Amino acid sequence: MGEWKVPAELRYAETDEWFAVDGDVVTIGITDYAQDQLNDIVYVEFRDPGDSIDAGDSFGEVESVKAASELYSAVDGEIIEVNAALEDSPEIVNADPFGAGWMVKIRAEDLSALQALMDAAAYDAYCDSR
Amino acid sequence: MDGLQPLIYDIGAPGRIGVNLPEPDVPEAELPTELLRDDLPLPEVGELQVVRHFVKLSQLNFSIDKGFYPLGSCTMKYNPKVNEDAARLPGFAQLHPLIEEAGAQGALHLMYQLQRWLGEISGFEAVSLTPAAGAQGEFAGILMIRNYHLDRGEGQRDIILVPNSAHGTNPATVTMAGMRVRELPSNDQGNVDLDSLRAACQGELRDQIAGMMITVPSTLGLFESTIHDVIDIVHEAGGLMYMDGANMNALMAVVKPGELDFDVMHYNLHKTFSTPHGGGGPGSGAVGVNDKLKDYLPGPVVDIIEGEDDSGAPLYGYVMPEKSIGRIKAFQGNFGMHLRAFAYIRVYGDTGIRDVTRYAVLNANYLRAKLMKTYKLPYPRYCGHEFVLEGHFDDVEEVHALDISKRLMDYGFHPPTNYFPLIVPEALLIEPTETEVKEDLDAFVEAMESIAEEARTQPELLLNAPHTAPVRRLDEVRAVKELILCCAPALPAAGD
Amino acid sequence: MSYIPHTPFETEQMLAEIGVGSIDDLFDAVPAAYRFPRLELPPPMSEMEVASAMLAISEANDHAGDYAIFRGAGAYHHFIPSVVNHILLRGEFYTAYTPYQPEVSQGTLQATYEYQSMMCALTGMDAANASHYDGATSLAEAVTVALEITRHKRRKIILSHAIHPQYREVVRTYHQGRDIRIIGDRGRGDVIDLVEMLDENTAMLAIQYPNFFGQIDNIAALADAVHEVGALLVIVANPMALSLFRSPGELGADIVVGEGQPMGVPLSYGGPYLGYFAIRQKYVRKIAGRIIGETLDADGKRAFVMTLRPREQDIKRERATSNICTNQGLMALSASVYMALMGKNGLRRVGELNYHKAHYAADRINQLGGYAVDASKTFFNEFVVSCPRPVAEINQALLLQGIIGGYDLGQNYFHLEDHMLVCVTETNSKDEIDRLVEVLGGLS
Repeated sequence: MGEWKVPAELRYAETDEWFAVDGDVVTIGITDYAQDQLNDIVYVEFRDPGDSIDAGDSFGEVESVKAASELYSAVDGEIIEVNAALEDSPEIVNADPFGAGWMVKIRAEDLSALQALMDAAAYDAYCDSR
Repeated sequence: MDGLQPLIYDIGAPGRIGVNLPEPDVPEAELPTELLRDDLPLPEVGELQVVRHFVKLSQLNFSIDKGFYPLGSCTMKYNPKVNEDAARLPGFAQLHPLIEEAGAQGALHLMYQLQRWLGEISGFEAVSLTPAAGAQGEFAGILMIRNYHLDRGEGQRDIILVPNSAHGTNPATVTMAGMRVRELPSNDQGNVDLDSLRAACQGELRDQIAGMMITVPSTLGLFESTIHDVIDIVHEAGGLMYMDGANMNALMAVVKPGELDFDVMHYNLHKTFSTPHGGGGPGSGAVGVNDKLKDYLPGPVVDIIEGEDDSGAPLYGYVMPEKSIGRIKAFQGNFGMHLRAFAYIRVYGDTGIRDVTRYAVLNANYLRAKLMKTYKLPYPRYCGHEFVLEGHFDDVEEVHALDISKRLMDYGFHPPTNYFPLIVPEALLIEPTETEVKEDLDAFVEAMESIAEEARTQPELLLNAPHTAPVRRLDEVRAVKELILCCAPALPAAGD
Repeated sequence: MSYIPHTPFETEQMLAEIGVGSIDDLFDAVPAAYRFPRLELPPPMSEMEVASAMLAISEANDHAGDYAIFRGAGAYHHFIPSVVNHILLRGEFYTAYTPYQPEVSQGTLQATYEYQSMMCALTGMDAANASHYDGATSLAEAVTVALEITRHKRRKIILSHAIHPQYREVVRTYHQGRDIRIIGDRGRGDVIDLVEMLDENTAMLAIQYPNFFGQIDNIAALADAVHEVGALLVIVANPMALSLFRSPGELGADIVVGEGQPMGVPLSYGGPYLGYFAIRQKYVRKIAGRIIGETLDADGKRAFVMTLRPREQDIKRERATSNICTNQGLMALSASVYMALMGKNGLRRVGELNYHKAHYAADRINQLGGYAVDASKTFFNEFVVSCPRPVAEINQALLLQGIIGGYDLGQNYFHLEDHMLVCVTETNSKDEIDRLVEVLGGLS
């Protein structure tokens, strides 16, 4: 195991987002590894609720002092909610990336794309390899 | 929370004024009261206070006039004083940009000559001086490439290839022009990876390639030894070649990019041609093109409108190229920079301009040869006018390029460029320029050697550096979180 | 060798250290067929020679040092206190570069922060960047910002025809690669006609204040109308006029841009000038260019640093919204020193001098047979005069009398043929104005 938390129940993308499924709603955030690499997160911005999104599209952006990263969805769907609390307190992402630091919820048209993502063990190894 | 120098708003007194103004010599008109502002919250300071304030601020800066400034990719060479005098001549400084052409023949002659000289130096057919900075020159260049393809019915060509070692302005420019970037990897020699380039140009994207942007010598300071192949591959795919001229200080009278078959390039007059960097600008861009693109240049450009008159002087005037991408800036460019570049080229002339490059490259290779004994040199070849070192040591993991840079300040030097190019870990990009004397280069080498020693014996000296600069390291997270971007007046308004 | 200090002996020592026989050996990687071309340039010159050559060239220009000048149209001949140039000539300022290393750049950083602060005070906005290239490119960048703020869901940009013609050209050059529509400036419409064009697809509406014709349009209700459809109001303002007139912030602008040249920057045949850019705090992350913020150093001392860096091209690369890197830093310093010197009390007086002199000139010209001043709206230091003859002809006659006349509006506006845009600033004495009136009178 690496030094980063990697919850077993989630799926992971190579661009360091995590995906949690509840019915047809997918919650997305960034991983502990990602927040650690970015260091102090000072800003987040998301697309509007109601926007439709395709897999591979960016749903927002996260910034630290010296870097900016796009956030990507792995599923097609519609953004139904964004975590507005992060706009005022982006540091929550550093403190609790898998909990209070969640970013958007998407009503997915098809969940099968998630199968292509990494599971916890694979993602853990992927982080270690970098 | 005191600073080094109070803010301009924190000094002064109500009613004070820093300038001596005349009384009106005409009858006063009635002011439109309902349209006027109530308050003008500007400082209230005296003339000497203003002088001292800005002189004290100036003393907190490092500058070329103060010391060695090897900031890679920025060409921090000496800015000749005579050029500053020239720029302040009333015939230049007080010349209105919308004066009739007949009343600006001196300025137009100067711009015409500068266009020709820049064209000659880089082997291009035509030059426009209008871009206000290198980045704007890039933008003009990419728009020209875009419109060239559009006119040929190949509007689908919207991909610009950019090596991963490129300046950030290159990919940003492509996006600004509404086109797409495709990044290319570099090989272990620091050159563009030809296999990847071929794959991009000969694969399914072939018909979408609009062109490629490349810096020569590369941002690693290396002359791309396969440059011919690169150019041929892109041309064969129907793309055009853009040269980022940021590193022209390594090429003058050594090779003409136009002869290498580049189609377009920009010049940085504030780098290669010695116009001052001004604490962040003004720059001046200029863009040169070959026959394919000359009708697309941003305008206006200067041309001879009528042949020689009785006095032997031609009449110069402005022309908008036939298919111009348009006007990229109001008026005709940063003329104040044009005249300085003109004077600079005039000083070196035909026999001297190559020496600029020769000695810039000599100085860089001298530093490289000396410093490679202490620091890791990722590309062990002769360099151009700059070279990159890795700013870390395998045996002292906690020390980074940034720490070395900060420690250099304590030794009285400006740090090199940090963390660029992105493809070298812990990059320190060092560019000495031709105007530095050997003893200053030697002193820099000694400082770098001492720092390498300190990294092993007293790393905290580096980690906490600088120790002697006006301030210590800054809390950049706080700056973003608090986001204090302007100050309000601290003084009570007069009469309160 | 001009600015190259090497002695032959040193050169030899350095070559020995590198391990090559000659400097030219260092260029082996350059294809031999193209190496060391001959350049057709004039021969070298000494400093003495170059100084006199530059003087000779400069004297072949008709400039405001030799002529009374009544031309503005986006570039203004104002008084510049001596202090400005002396501060500008400090090598510590003009031979430094971008303050990437804040510990040794506090001078530039604090001066720029003060520039931002004074620009905010003048425009009534919350935040300003460290500058764009000029007023025109500032407006072009404002379009990008408006598109970003409205998340690229809106495609209509409304520009008043009374915005500087060259600024509108530059906006079109900048945005030719985008799928947007730029409308509003083809006709002669007033502000009220622009309001008609507003809809849910509008990202921004821009007007100039005072407009290109020197006039203050009635824009009291404009901001509400623009905001009602969710668009942004952009005001292109002459900072000198803001010494007197209500700030764009007070009038509801979301973005204020313009040419900073009137504040301490010489005419210099069109550049280097200074594009200022100010905005409401809530939009500050959307703007391009450098922004300086206050913070503390490791000892808790107040200091300044470039902030919101991830917006910029060197970090964000192809995802950046602008490629701007080098800006007009030294000109921002000029404006800072100028605004500090003039200050609250002086700038207002300079504004009033402009206003009084322009109105004196307008009144006198209006009394001349054949000339008529457009007095339909309040104006600041420029006004439109309809003339009895082609403007070019009049200007030629004025030149012979040592006067640079107004701008020929017929060049840009068909309906304003034989109309001259006359500019009068604090630098124009009553004598000069009287002379202008006299010569014009003789041409009616």
